[in-house]
Amino acid sequence: MSGAGPLSPTVPASHPEKRGLLRMTPSLRPGEADMAAVLEKKKPKVIVCDGNEAAAWGVSLANVDMVAVYPITPQSSLVEYVAKFVADGRLKADIVDVEGEHSVLSVLQGGMLAGARTYTATCGPGLAFMFEPYLRTPGLRMPMVMSIVTRDTLSPQSVWGGHQDAMSVREAGWIQLYCETVQEVLDTVVMAYRIAEHHDVMLPVNVCHDGNYLSYGASRVELPEQADVDAFLGAKDVNWHVALDPTRPMGVDPLTGGAGGPGPRMFVKYRKGQCRGMQNALAVIEEAHAEWNRHVGRWHAPLIEPYRMEDARFALVTLGSMTGAAKDAVDEARGAGVSVGLVKVKTYRPFPLKAIAAALAPVEAVGVIDRSVDFGFDCGPLYKDVLGALAGLPRRIPARSFIGGLAGADITVGHVQRVIGEVAELAASGTPGPTAWLNERD
Amino acid sequence: MIEIRMHGRGGQGTVLAAAMLAKALVAEGRHAVAVPSFGFERRGAPVAAFLRVDDKPIRRMTNIYEPHCVLCIDPTVGRAVNVFEGLQPGGTLVQTTARGLDDLQMPDTVGRVGLCDAVALAMGIFRRPITNTLMLGAFARTTGLVSLEALEEAVRGAEFRDAGLAQNLEAVRRGFEATTVHELTHAEAA
Repeated sequence: MSGAGPLSPTVPASHPEKRGLLRMTPSLRPGEADMAAVLEKKKPKVIVCDGNEAAAWGVSLANVDMVAVYPITPQSSLVEYVAKFVADGRLKADIVDVEGEHSVLSVLQGGMLAGARTYTATCGPGLAFMFEPYLRTPGLRMPMVMSIVTRDTLSPQSVWGGHQDAMSVREAGWIQLYCETVQEVLDTVVMAYRIAEHHDVMLPVNVCHDGNYLSYGASRVELPEQADVDAFLGAKDVNWHVALDPTRPMGVDPLTGGAGGPGPRMFVKYRKGQCRGMQNALAVIEEAHAEWNRHVGRWHAPLIEPYRMEDARFALVTLGSMTGAAKDAVDEARGAGVSVGLVKVKTYRPFPLKAIAAALAPVEAVGVIDRSVDFGFDCGPLYKDVLGALAGLPRRIPARSFIGGLAGADITVGHVQRVIGEVAELAASGTPGPTAWLNERD
Repeated sequence: MIEIRMHGRGGQGTVLAAAMLAKALVAEGRHAVAVPSFGFERRGAPVAAFLRVDDKPIRRMTNIYEPHCVLCIDPTVGRAVNVFEGLQPGGTLVQTTARGLDDLQMPDTVGRVGLCDAVALAMGIFRRPITNTLMLGAFARTTGLVSLEALEEAVRGAEFRDAGLAQNLEAVRRGFEATTVHELTHAEAA
């Protein structure tokens, strides 16, 4: 059998999910009484921590079984927090201190095939070094969670934040979620497991948080109760469709494809399964965010977050921590009578094409702010994706690409005010200018 | 929203002090965000940390360019960087120094000054010039934004142990007690 076990996107008939035992549909979830319990819950435990510690809290709350790490700036303190939680006995996980990022993912793939819930984090050059097993992970339908503490890529030599690393692997088949706040980092790391392990998805998830501004930026964070997280995640059922089991030997990832025999159709079957898993993820991500709100009492927009888009004449599109300053700039502009709104993209892969098209359909102009570049198109990569969404609309909406915050540079309220001014002009002229670089004259 | 910029040198605990201050402010029911500046971390190099305080959630995760308050935990960092850059008119300076008010040069934008000889105090408490927790006490005394009790609680919640914890608790209190606060009129400042 050429890999029907490991790669099959279908659920075996014998599996509990087929019998309706493990499917996490709302109908099988606790009912309205629990809703009231959530609302009446005692005041949450509040801590002050940075995004790296918040991610580690998420890992701990998700009861991860196995973590493999190799430190790299600005991710290092994240794995140090995880190691501390393990040493303190808070997180009962095996932590594997390996010799490099290629081994990080290879070790976790072994753990995952043995049924473990796994986690790691990396960025920049570390992500580059793990590229080969990184590509293999979604192909093997492994529901791994990995934080990317985003960092600009070399060269010029730089150790600071920027989305270029995560953007460079945006078509590798991982789900990619971008966080705006430290709180969202914690909550999203936990939610990522429910998304990744969902039987309709079975794909790895990158939880991206901005190097420097979120990795080291500390703010007020509410710690969810372990019992609420346990109820949210349900019984652990990782990698049910393939597991290293001496009593049930099977080939994992045998040679598939080529031009003859069953190769072409087998390969297409698996690729289509990956694509289907990605598209299924859109609904699963929405469900996970709704369920998180129901169990923990905190809402985050799952795919995109429209902000002050009602009656907006034109719109900004943002990604990651820049959104906070952008919302402040939108509020100031609204206060001055400028009719601008904002669409934050949280789910970047799979790209929420329909949601973005619907949100932007009524506006007269769009400005997209990227924290990375698309070398092929001389613009930001999110801008290019937004063009794809706008292309399907019956009316042409002019859009312009803005690039800022590279290699640790700041995207301030002032920068976004400039973008708002440019997009207001674009709404009047209808003719987009070239890609604008926000920090060019800082 | 109140914006505070902290200046120090690598190894003095500027970033840790910003985090402890944020913890103390949050414990008192406020919202606080601390964003450190960053470079290749090395001892002695100027570092800055940015702290915002508000009664509602703070959304912008950015550096601070026009602070209401500047807190210098190192006596000489002002020679390496312009610590007054962008300070709002009527702004507050909290400075560790052995000198008196009359011997300090500062721009007209400074409206209130808190002075603390934190290096001398640190040599007495730690036998080393570690001034970060001393200057948190000086900040509390000068601005009234945070209570000494909340700062002490934040120090207890940090990773200090045994003698180190006792020393830092003493430092916060001594910094608070030893700080002199001066309101400047424009004529005096000039």
